[in-house]
Amino acid sequence: MRRGPSPFNLVSLTVGFAFLYLPILLLVVWSFNASKLVTVWGGFSTKWYGALFQNEQLMAAAWVTLRVGLISATLATILGTLAAVALTRHGRFRGRTLFSGMSYAPLVMPEVIMGLSLLLLFVALKIDRGFLTVTLAHTTLTMAYVAVVVQSRLATFDTALEEAAQDLGCTPTRAFWQVTLPNIFPAILAGWMLAFTLSLDDLVIASFTSGPGATTLPMRIYSQVRLGVSPEINAVCTLLIGIVAVGVICWSIGSKWRARALPAT
Amino acid sequence: MRPPRTAVSWPKLSALIPYAWLLVFFALPFLMVFRLSLSDSALSIPPYKPQIDWSAGIDGIKAFFGGLDFDAYKQLGSDSLYAKSYISSLRFAAEGTILALLVGYPMAYGMARCKPSTRSLLLMLVILPFWTSFLIRVYAWVGILKPEGLLNAGLALVGIPPTDLLYTPAAVQIGLVYSYLPFMVLPLYAALEKMDYTLLEAAADLGSPPWKSFWQVTFPLSIPGVIAGCLLCFIPMVGEFVIPDLLGGPGSLMIGRSIWMEFFANRDWPFASAVAVVLLLTLVVPIVLYQRQQVKALEAGA
Repeated sequence: MRRGPSPFNLVSLTVGFAFLYLPILLLVVWSFNASKLVTVWGGFSTKWYGALFQNEQLMAAAWVTLRVGLISATLATILGTLAAVALTRHGRFRGRTLFSGMSYAPLVMPEVIMGLSLLLLFVALKIDRGFLTVTLAHTTLTMAYVAVVVQSRLATFDTALEEAAQDLGCTPTRAFWQVTLPNIFPAILAGWMLAFTLSLDDLVIASFTSGPGATTLPMRIYSQVRLGVSPEINAVCTLLIGIVAVGVICWSIGSKWRARALPAT
Repeated sequence: MRPPRTAVSWPKLSALIPYAWLLVFFALPFLMVFRLSLSDSALSIPPYKPQIDWSAGIDGIKAFFGGLDFDAYKQLGSDSLYAKSYISSLRFAAEGTILALLVGYPMAYGMARCKPSTRSLLLMLVILPFWTSFLIRVYAWVGILKPEGLLNAGLALVGIPPTDLLYTPAAVQIGLVYSYLPFMVLPLYAALEKMDYTLLEAAADLGSPPWKSFWQVTFPLSIPGVIAGCLLCFIPMVGEFVIPDLLGGPGSLMIGRSIWMEFFANRDWPFASAVAVVLLLTLVVPIVLYQRQQVKALEAGA
C-alpha cells in the first residue's frame, strides 16, 4: 500500500513544476504582448504573429526544418528498429559489443563533438554541405533514441508469442511481420515522434553540418536571439509549443482510447 | 516442429544495415576527428593538411593516416585557458547535476506517491518540456534574467535591489538545472515507482520513523535511478554549448563553447579537433558507466 503524497511531497511537486513551466508560460504571454518590453504589458496583440508570417527567412527555415525532420525521423525509425531487433533477438554475434556501444553512444555524446566529427566526414568525402548532410546527421543522432525506445518495448515483450508463431509454421520473417511488429508498433510510433522533435530542436549538429540554403529554424532563431530579443521569436516559440502540446494531448487521448478498445492486452 | 533455419536468414542481414550505417556515420567520423587533431592547420580549403588524396587510392588513404603531428596538443597543453575551461566545465556540470538531483528527487518521489491517474498526468507534464525546444527554453531565461527583465521587476515589487544575473556563472547554472531536470526526474521516477511499498510498511511496523525508513529503505533502492539520472545529466552538461553561449558571459568558460569558437571563429580545425578529443577522453569513464547501466537495466526488464 502506498500512502498518498505528504505535504512535503506536494510542496516539492508544486515548486518543481512551477520551475519547469513558468518560463514557458512567460514566453507564451510575451508573444501576445503589444509592447516590446518584457516587463511592460502593452495590451493583447497578435501583431508579432503577423510579422512572423511576413518574415520570409523564418518561413523558409521552417520549411527546411520540417522536411529534414520528416525524412530523418523516418530513416532513423527504420534503422533504429532494426538495431533494436538485432540487439534483443539475435543473442550473441560477432561485433555485438561495438554495435550496442555505437547504438547508445549518440544519446549521451556531446552534440558539439558529434557535429564536428560528422562535418569532417562530409568534408573528407567531398559531399557538399546542405539539406542532405543535415538529414544524414540527424538520422544518425536520432536512431539511437528510436533504438532505446523500441528495445525497452521488445525487452518486455514475450518471445513465446514469436516462438508459437514459428511452431505453427511461420518463417521467422513472417513471425516478425505478423506478431512482433504489430505488438511493438506503438513504441515505433513513439520513437518516430521523438526522432522528429529532436530533429526540429537541434541547433548544434545542424550548424556544423548544414550549408548555404539549408538553414534550419533553430539556426535562424539562434542568430536572431544573438542580435537581441525579438518578439517575433516569442511568437515562433509559442507556435512550436502549441503544436507540440496539441500533438501530445492527441497522443494521450489516442492511447487511452486504444487502451479501452483493447482490454486485457 | 520448427522449420529448419537457413544459415543466413534475412533477420541476420537486417542487423547489418544499422551496423553499417553506424560504422560509416558514427565510428568513422570519430577516427577522422582523432586523425585531424594530429594534423597541421593550413590556409587552404578545408583548412588543414595533409588531405586525403583520393586519386592515389589506398596509398593516398594510408598517407593520410601516417605523418602525425602533435602541434595541436602541444598548443592545448601550453595554454592554461583550456585547462581552466575543462575544469570549469566539469565544475558546472557537477554542480548542475547535484542541484538537479536536489530538485528532481523530491519531485520524483512525490510523483511516485500519487494515485496512478495523477501519476500518469504528472509524468506527461515532466516529458512535455522535453518536447519543446531546448533553445526556446534557454532563451526564455534571457527575458527573465536580463537587467530590465522580469526577475528584477519582481524583486523591485518586494523592495529588493536589482541583481544582474544574466551573463554570470549563476545564470549558466540555472540554465543547466532547468534544461536537464526532466532527464533527472525520469529515471528517478522509474526507480521509485517500481519500488515495493510493503517494505516501508514493514519498516514502520518494526518501529522505524519515516525519515529513517527513507534513508534505509527507499534511498538505497533508488540508487540505480540516481546513478542513471546523474550520468544522463552530467555527460551532456559537460559539453553544453547553447546554455553558456546565451546565458553566460565571457567569464563562464565551457569547453563546448571553446570548440565552437575555435571552429567557427578561428577556423582552426585541427585545434578544435584536439579540444574535442580531450573532451571525449574526459567523458569516456562516465559514458562507459552509463552504457553498462543501460545494458543492465534492459536485461533486468527482459
